[in-house]
Amino acid sequence: MTNETIQNKLTEKFGEKLTEWESPYGLLSFRAPAQMNVEVLEYLFNEPTMRFQFMTDLTGVHFPDRKGEELSVVYHLHNLVDNIRLRLKIYVPVTQPDVNTASKLFSAANWMERETYDFFGINFVGHPNLIRILNVDEMDYFPMRKEYEMEDPTRRDKDDEMFGRG
Amino acid sequence: MSSELQTQSQHHIKLSEESLQKQTTTLNLGPTHPATHGVFQNIMEIDGERVLETVPTIGYIHRAFEKIAERRPYYQITTLTDRLNYCSAPINNMGWHMTIEKLLGLKIPKRVDYMRVIVMELARIADHLVCNSVVAVDTGALTGFTYVFQYREKIYEIFEEVCGSRLTTNMGRVGGFERNFTDALFIKLNDFLNTFPPVMKEFETLLNRNRIFIDRCIGAGPISAERALNYGFTGPNLRATGVDYDVRVAMPYSSYEDFDFKIPTGTVGDVYDRYMVRNDEIWESVSIIKQALEKIKKIENDFPEQKNIFYAPEADKFHLPPKEDVYTKMEALIYHFKIIMGEIDAPAGEVYHSVEGGNGELGFYLISDGGRTPYRLHFRRPCFIYYQAYPEMVEGGLLSDAVIALSSLNVIAGELDA
Repeated sequence: MTNETIQNKLTEKFGEKLTEWESPYGLLSFRAPAQMNVEVLEYLFNEPTMRFQFMTDLTGVHFPDRKGEELSVVYHLHNLVDNIRLRLKIYVPVTQPDVNTASKLFSAANWMERETYDFFGINFVGHPNLIRILNVDEMDYFPMRKEYEMEDPTRRDKDDEMFGRG
Repeated sequence: MSSELQTQSQHHIKLSEESLQKQTTTLNLGPTHPATHGVFQNIMEIDGERVLETVPTIGYIHRAFEKIAERRPYYQITTLTDRLNYCSAPINNMGWHMTIEKLLGLKIPKRVDYMRVIVMELARIADHLVCNSVVAVDTGALTGFTYVFQYREKIYEIFEEVCGSRLTTNMGRVGGFERNFTDALFIKLNDFLNTFPPVMKEFETLLNRNRIFIDRCIGAGPISAERALNYGFTGPNLRATGVDYDVRVAMPYSSYEDFDFKIPTGTVGDVYDRYMVRNDEIWESVSIIKQALEKIKKIENDFPEQKNIFYAPEADKFHLPPKEDVYTKMEALIYHFKIIMGEIDAPAGEVYHSVEGGNGELGFYLISDGGRTPYRLHFRRPCFIYYQAYPEMVEGGLLSDAVIALSSLNVIAGELDA
């Protein structure tokens, strides 16, 4: 099984809905519409020729500059039989970050989705217990979003211009 | 207690009617319980000795590594990886360096790969020794623990010889090592390889066929292969269920494809299987280290000029020049400052790289936008992913089984909470 065969099969099944096909460093990566994520994951899980039944990783990324699709959820799946990985990405707006939960398909997704909610505020619809996991329950913001500075935001000594550029 | 006293003491504590009627006990195991080896809290509902329900609370030592990493130059993130699974810090360090090397597209010389393999396998032995001897302690056998810890000490002495530190090692650089292996290191390593196997043998004699140990461990905290895969288990805990997934074989890195070793597996995934898989892996690691030494010797015989290669020449902009040059040569001084001030850009790209850590697949998902710091860095921490199966593994079992199940999973709080 190669990246091309996976891409062909997925295109056959879902047509033009899957986009942004690329293989950075050999890892097949593509984008699905946000509301289709579970549909694609279920197909990859159940289809006997695909067998992507191991969830390696699930995490979020914040792109404040992409208007209307600021938050991204990235899934890494592994087919342990044919030993091949792939990466699925979906994008949702920061104003309404609703994503269907994958925890019914993968038990592993339970805590990983809680972590992604905890840090990015992505609302996993249908998750059995979507509460904060690493941060305190009283926290009222999502710390991994880019608007929250690591250090004192008035500090300039680590800006790019201090390193001869920018 | 007399009835008068009872009424008096109950006067100040207002218990709800529900809790007075309740037949089970709520037990708060942790966050700092002596039986849990780390900061884990489990709120358990127990009926006598039987665990009915447990709810793990995590995050007590969360240190926001992923957020901090977005502000740090690449080589400064190595110190963060130290503090994930601190029982085998060099594996984390090198996994991170290999991620950057993948992003940069560097080719690493074989000798450096083998040097890394030696250090990583030593770290794996240290990690498994801690886990297995602590399982024995939790079943009541302290002797093995005090015995094998001398050899963990010897491993740390070797780490000290490589990089100067022991627990949180910050070992190596992008492209290889900060300095070459010394002669003293090879002496210490050979000493370890000669003296450790008999001790390990004795440790196994003490426990493997020990009636008390077997009775305590077999059937405690089991998980099926199917559930383990669905829960995202990796490493020895997955292999104990019978699935032979090992990143070193499935997706070889650092020239692991050159080595000849077995992947030990178990059958039912209980505490005893996990213990046995780790023991067998220690023997495989010893064999891998011996093979790596042979290979290094062969390279040095065939190409004597390679004796001084300890990092990839193309990675020189990540490599601090030797101190004597920094003090005497202008160029070296400039490069030293450029590296220390973090003035090195990495190309834009998106890369996932994983290594076989002490506890399983330790992954690094890195998005670089071309700056001197990552745009986003996510650690796939094996402990975090498999610890969520803990309630399923211990519910219905005995409380004392829950304790050894936790130690045999080898959940490291630093890795769990990032």
